[in-house]
Amino acid sequence: MLLLALDTATPAVTVALHDGTTVIAASSQVDARRHGELLLPAVDRVLADAGLRLDAVTAVVAGIGPGPYTGLRVGLMTADTFGLALGVPVYGVCTLDGLAYASGIEDGPFVVATDARRKEVYWARYENARTRTGGPAVDRPADIAAEVAGLPAVGAGAALYPDTFTDVRAPEHVAAAALASLAAEKLAAGGELPEPRPLYLRRPDAQVPKNYKVVTPK
Amino acid sequence: MADSRDEPLVLGIETSCDETGVGVVRGTTLLADAVASSVDEHARFGGVVPEVASRAHLEAMVPTIQRALKDAGVAASDLDGIAVTAGPGLAGALLVGVSAAKAYAYALGKPLYGVNHLASHICVDQLEHGALPEPTMALLVSGGHSSLLLSTDITSDVRPLGATIDDAAGEAFDKIARVLNLGFPGGPVIDRYAREGDPDAIAFPRGLTGPRDAAYDFSFSGLKTAVARWIEAKRAAGEEVPVRDVAASFQEAVVDVLTRKAVRACKDEGVDHLMIGGGVAANTRLRALAQERCEAAGIRLRVPRPKLCTDNGAMVAALGAEMVARNRASSDLALSADSSLPVTEPHVPGAHTHAHSHDHVHEVAKGNLYS
Ligand SMILES: [Zn+2]
Repeated sequence: MLLLALDTATPAVTVALHDGTTVIAASSQVDARRHGELLLPAVDRVLADAGLRLDAVTAVVAGIGPGPYTGLRVGLMTADTFGLALGVPVYGVCTLDGLAYASGIEDGPFVVATDARRKEVYWARYENARTRTGGPAVDRPADIAAEVAGLPAVGAGAALYPDTFTDVRAPEHVAAAALASLAAEKLAAGGELPEPRPLYLRRPDAQVPKNYKVVTPK
Repeated sequence: MADSRDEPLVLGIETSCDETGVGVVRGTTLLADAVASSVDEHARFGGVVPEVASRAHLEAMVPTIQRALKDAGVAASDLDGIAVTAGPGLAGALLVGVSAAKAYAYALGKPLYGVNHLASHICVDQLEHGALPEPTMALLVSGGHSSLLLSTDITSDVRPLGATIDDAAGEAFDKIARVLNLGFPGGPVIDRYAREGDPDAIAFPRGLTGPRDAAYDFSFSGLKTAVARWIEAKRAAGEEVPVRDVAASFQEAVVDVLTRKAVRACKDEGVDHLMIGGGVAANTRLRALAQERCEAAGIRLRVPRPKLCTDNGAMVAALGAEMVARNRASSDLALSADSSLPVTEPHVPGAHTHAHSHDHVHEVAKGNLYS
C-alpha cells in the first residue's frame, strides 16, 4: 500500500506518503496565498525523497476541509485528477480530524478550530484523537464561547480567539502525515472514509441583483 | 498530405468563467469538445457568480475529461500534451482548471502548457478553417472581453490594437436583456427578439466613433444607459415598450461599431481577412453585417461555428497543439492561474526556460473584465 495524502484546506500546503505502516516522506509549507503554485512541486519533492514515482501510489487521501474555498479546491481537484489518471481510489478525510489525530489528546472532550475568515472559525468537538462527537460547523467564536468554555482547543483558529479558546494546544497547522496515518488506520480496520467532496459549510456568496438600477435622473 | 497521426494530440482544459470545457484536438483537427455549463445556476442571479462557477468546475471536471477522451476515441496515454487556460478570467475558477491540468500532466508524464484564453479564442478557428493566416486580425467579443487583436504568430505575438474602455459587448447584451426583463444570458434572447424588430426604429448612440476618438477602442456604457433611459421614459409615460424594436436597434448599434472598427483595422494594417470569436460572435446580426462589410471591403471573414465561439476546451487544446507544433517551452509545475494575464502573453513558459520571469503586476482584474 502506498497512500499519497494532501491537504490545502487551511494555510498549510501539506503532502505525505504512507506505506501502510509508517509515513515515509512529508512536506509542509504555510502560505495561504499560494496553494496552487506550491502543491504539485511539493508532491514531486515528497515522491523524490521517497525514491518513488507517482504511479506507485495505490490510493489518494485528500483533506476535505472545512476550509476557505479557493485553497480547499486545489487539493481536492488535484486528488480527483490523480485518481482519474492513475485509476486508484480517492478518499476524503475531514481536515479537523487530522488536527485532532495529531494532537494525541486521549482524555477529551476537546475542540479543534481553524480560521474560517470573516471573524468565524470552523470547529468540531472530539472525545479523543480519533472520535469526533460534534461538527464540523462554522461559527463566530463569541457565539460558541459557552459551549467550548474551559475545553482544550487545537489549531490556529483557536489561537486567534484567546477570549473564547482559553486552553490552546498543539499542533497549530494540519499535516498530511496525520491525515495519511489516520486514513491508513481506518482502512486497515475496514472502516469507511468520506467521499473526497468539499465541506464548504457556507452557501456561495451570491447576491441576487435587485431590480435593475434606474438610470434616468430624478 | 502529411499523416495526421504525426500531428500533436493535445487535451485542453478551460475554466475561466462558467463553462467547464475539455477538448481534444490533433493538430488542427477537432476530435472532442465536451462542455459542462453552470449557466443555469447563474441565471437567477442575473450574472455569473464566481463562487458558484468554481464549485461547479470542481464537480464537473473529471466527468468532462472522461467524456472528452471517450468522444475523441483516444487514450490519455496517447496525448502529447495537456493545455489549460492560465488566464485571464475569474481567479478562483481558473485555479480549478489549472490544478486539474497540472495534476493530469504530472500523473501522465506529459508536458503542460498554460495558455492565454484570448489567444485560444483566436486559435480555435484553425479547427474550422485550417491554419490561421499570418498575420491574423481578430475581433474578440464576449461577456468578458471586447478586443481587436493583431497576431503574426498565435504562439508568440499577439498585439492589442484596441479594447473596450468600459463594458464588454456581451455585458451590454446582458444588461439590456435585464432592463427588458428577458432574463440571463442576454445575447441569444436579444438576438431572437431583434430578428422581428426594426434596427432603424430608434437611433441609439455609437460609442467612440467620433473623428477624435481612439480608432480601435470600444465603449458600450453610454449606449447601455441611453437604451435604459429610452425604455424608462416609455414606461414613465405609460406606453408599451416595443421590445423587438429596442432589441434590434440596440443590437444594431453594437454590431455597427464592432464591424466598422474591425474592418477599419484590417484596412489600416493591410490585413485581408478578419477572424471573429467569443460568445457574441454567435450573434446572427453580427455575423451577417460583418460578412456584408468584409465583402464590400474585399476582406475574407472567418467566424467559427457558434459552439466554438463560446468558451470551450477545444480552443485551449487548439492553441496547445500549436505550442507543441512550434516547439514552444512548456510550463512548469508551479504554473499559477493569473486572472489578469496580459493578452501579449499567449502562453506561460516555465521559469527554467527563460531568463526574466513573468513579472507584470498581478492586479485585480479590471472592472470590464469578468465583472
Ligand atoms: Zn472567452
